[in-house]
Amino acid sequence: MTDSLLEVAGLGKRYPVRSGVFGFRELVAADEVSLSVKAGETLALVGESGSGKSTVGRCILRLETPSGGRVRLDGKEITELPESEVRKLRPQMQMVYQEPLESLNPRHPVGKLVAEPLFLHGIVPKSDIKRRVVELFRLVGLGEEHVGRYPHALSGGQQQRVGIARALASNPRLLVLDEPTSALDVSVEAQILNLLKDLQEKLKLAYLFISHDLAVVSMLADRVAVLYLGQIVETGPTRDVLFNSYHPYTRALVSATPVDHPRQKKRRISLSGEPTSPIDPPANCRLVPRCPFAQPVCSKVEAELASVDAHRSTRCVRFQREHRNGIWNPSE
Amino acid sequence: MAAVAPRIRANSRALLHWCRRNPVTAFGFGIIIGLGILGLLAPLVAPYDPYALNPANRMRPPSWDHLFGTGIFGEDIFSRVLYGIRIDFGIGLGAVAFGLVAGSSVGVFAGYYGGKIDEVLMRLMDIVAAFPGFILAMAIAGVLGPSIPNLIIAIAFVNVPVYARLSRSRFLVIRSSLYAMAARGVGASDMRILAWHLLPNSLAPIFVQSTLQCGWAILDAAGLSFIGLGVHLPTPEWGVMIGLGAPRIISGQWWISFFPGLAIAITVMGFNLIGDGLQDLLDPKRW
Amino acid sequence: MDLPGIAASSEKAHSPQGLEQARESEEILRVEELRVEFHFPDSKVVVLAGIDLDVSMGEIVGIVGESGSGKSVTALSIIGLLRPPGVVTGGRVLFCGENLLDLGADEMRAVRGERISMIFQNPRASLNPVFSVGKVLREVLRLHSGLRGAAARSRAIELLSDVGLPDPETVLARYPHQLSGGMAQRAMIALALASSPQLLLADEPSTALDVTIQYQIIQLLSRLRKDRNLAQIVITHNLGVIAELCDRVAVMYAGTIVEEAPVGQIFDETRHPYTKGLLAARARTEGAGELESIPGQVPDMRNRPAGCAFHPRCAFATGICRTATPILEMSGARHKVACHRWKELA
Repeated sequence: MTDSLLEVAGLGKRYPVRSGVFGFRELVAADEVSLSVKAGETLALVGESGSGKSTVGRCILRLETPSGGRVRLDGKEITELPESEVRKLRPQMQMVYQEPLESLNPRHPVGKLVAEPLFLHGIVPKSDIKRRVVELFRLVGLGEEHVGRYPHALSGGQQQRVGIARALASNPRLLVLDEPTSALDVSVEAQILNLLKDLQEKLKLAYLFISHDLAVVSMLADRVAVLYLGQIVETGPTRDVLFNSYHPYTRALVSATPVDHPRQKKRRISLSGEPTSPIDPPANCRLVPRCPFAQPVCSKVEAELASVDAHRSTRCVRFQREHRNGIWNPSE
Repeated sequence: MAAVAPRIRANSRALLHWCRRNPVTAFGFGIIIGLGILGLLAPLVAPYDPYALNPANRMRPPSWDHLFGTGIFGEDIFSRVLYGIRIDFGIGLGAVAFGLVAGSSVGVFAGYYGGKIDEVLMRLMDIVAAFPGFILAMAIAGVLGPSIPNLIIAIAFVNVPVYARLSRSRFLVIRSSLYAMAARGVGASDMRILAWHLLPNSLAPIFVQSTLQCGWAILDAAGLSFIGLGVHLPTPEWGVMIGLGAPRIISGQWWISFFPGLAIAITVMGFNLIGDGLQDLLDPKRW
Repeated sequence: MDLPGIAASSEKAHSPQGLEQARESEEILRVEELRVEFHFPDSKVVVLAGIDLDVSMGEIVGIVGESGSGKSVTALSIIGLLRPPGVVTGGRVLFCGENLLDLGADEMRAVRGERISMIFQNPRASLNPVFSVGKVLREVLRLHSGLRGAAARSRAIELLSDVGLPDPETVLARYPHQLSGGMAQRAMIALALASSPQLLLADEPSTALDVTIQYQIIQLLSRLRKDRNLAQIVITHNLGVIAELCDRVAVMYAGTIVEEAPVGQIFDETRHPYTKGLLAARARTEGAGELESIPGQVPDMRNRPAGCAFHPRCAFATGICRTATPILEMSGARHKVACHRWKELA
């Protein structure tokens, strides 16, 4: 996969957490995460809270320092670069945040916030900044009248549009979208999702779309990587992963997503018990304590992410052993 | 140019509206601004030279000639209280300004570098703060000798830990904010994040604290002068004046210390009222 | 969505028409013309402009709407927890025939504790952090049923296992911060059930939770309807939750109910342009492609549009929509809609 814009290999992030008075334990936020995104493509990173999906996004953009692994942007290794070098690469990779209001400095008008990357990186000559800001506002569906407003004076949807305009200011090639619509109302969410789709087409952007909402993911993503307790448990083309899931966790996630229509019947698979803590997670398959299909073998052998065919891979031990041509019915 | 007049009118209407909604804060501002103007115009307003003595007219009670009465050397208390505004406001604002600059530098420095530097600086601040403020100020003023600059230094020094702690904690909160991260994400350098994103957001609570501190600084200045460690005679400083008149209260000449005391009380109250309301005023959500 | 896996059929059971008719006689709550205003120092803002709603025993009525539509205010007004600047300025809240708005603070507290309960979006924040789950539960049981000591303890354990908390005895000793979001919401529900209420108000009960946990809570609420014949009002912005859980739905927009109907009719015989917009705007697993978003923004309560509040965003608005406020009228046996043009658009 030499044509990938973003390539991540073995990315890990561990935090020490205080436990008891003197002890320290490790919170594993991301573990051996490998993924790649091509130009113009959307990869969704799906997971619930505690899965480490936001951490992965931040580590890729070096907003947090990964504990291990490599990140390549356009073939260039950026993991070892000092912050001053990373800063020169930032125009190419930008982020849109979950809470638009909190990601915008409350003391500055939004026009200035959008202008900031323009003059930081000298994207356009100083005299052109004003014109370019208005252009960016138009691009994301805002008007000239919004330029002088303060963040709190805008609605949630408008704030997120400002966040997107700011991310686009430096003409990036990769956008990491961290749950960009989960704080918004349904009707506004649709506007933002459509906007993101249009922008991708227009600007040939690559998206790493972080989300917990499979419905939103199915609409936007070409491929999906499902994250559970810091590990990717399944990857593949969106429709394959959602409609013919391999991993029990993906199956449970799909089954728990509310129906689209009251008459729709769904097969339900529920995970037992409460979410497992990411602090000192189970050694082999991390789903074992909650998995309805777990067998003794699952906690004995290492669960590795293995390819099933050219496009798909899964981390389920039983699936890998028992499937026939990608079909496995564990309840039999 | 023609547009200026309506803008002024609109602004003054907005100001009036604000005053009606925040009467207490507006009252505080009224007191301090009013006193400030009186202090500036003291040479015009004061009926007598504050340094002029009139042995023939000693310790006269308030009258139309001498609104606040006269002191033990026959000096006009009213004129001296007016000139006192200059001295006491000067000392208060000076002390706060020094304390603010020194304290927040220490706080931001400690918060920015963290680790050992943070630990050493903040423990030093703890040591300073461990002494009762006034007693420490007394000691410093005593060592440096009585003069207005030394008084300012003594009071400022005592307040440094207050600002250091406040600015450090504020700094740490804002540094971990999402918009600080977002600023790094668009490629802003540490210095830029510090100056353009963090500083404007840390100032509000520090301003509030300084306003409150202004009142206390004036009280401290008066206190130190009262016990002879501050400003000396014949300077028209409120604390000195109270000290001069204090022994005469028993013999019935209350006005000598009462009016400078009242001036201090009103001033401290004014600053406190502003401080309480300022929190609200500096919230960007109100703009 | 054909998944190989354990086939547990959907809990959602649609009652036959006959049963629904029978339920109507067991109406437990009737809200009539409920009006709420926010009284600010310099202005009065209408937040609820006359709400009509009824709930029967064993029925789950969903209120769906976007932020600022007034759905939470409706629930808070029913249960008497509306705080200033909110003021109820008109209407009636008839609970078992009694107007709750006429009750004094003490009487209302008794109703609130014993006959109507409410759960909130953020369960951990609504539990007092300094008391263990057991302590709070025992206190509620002592107040409502006079249970003490061992009896209170065993009833508390029973309640916790009722709401599906595994190992209820250890949960009793836990403090809110030691519970996961899902466990805390279950504990909140146990607390709400402690007094055996007849009506449960659930304000975004699953919004703050992960999808897999959200589904567990939906199942739990659905089971409470079946096992206890508990009437519920579920407030949510999520049409999926409505589809999973509710019997009847009221769609709110800018402080009014714009459409109300049994859940199947809301999805299949949608009458109001706003409801249509909402249904078309949501992302669905089944249908990829462009979403039909509703243009514009949710209106600010301070600048409520005249006439039909939805008209600035409505593709079908005509002259009358800008001037006259539509009333909620019957458009079918059990279907109400507030739109001037619903007949033409049907």
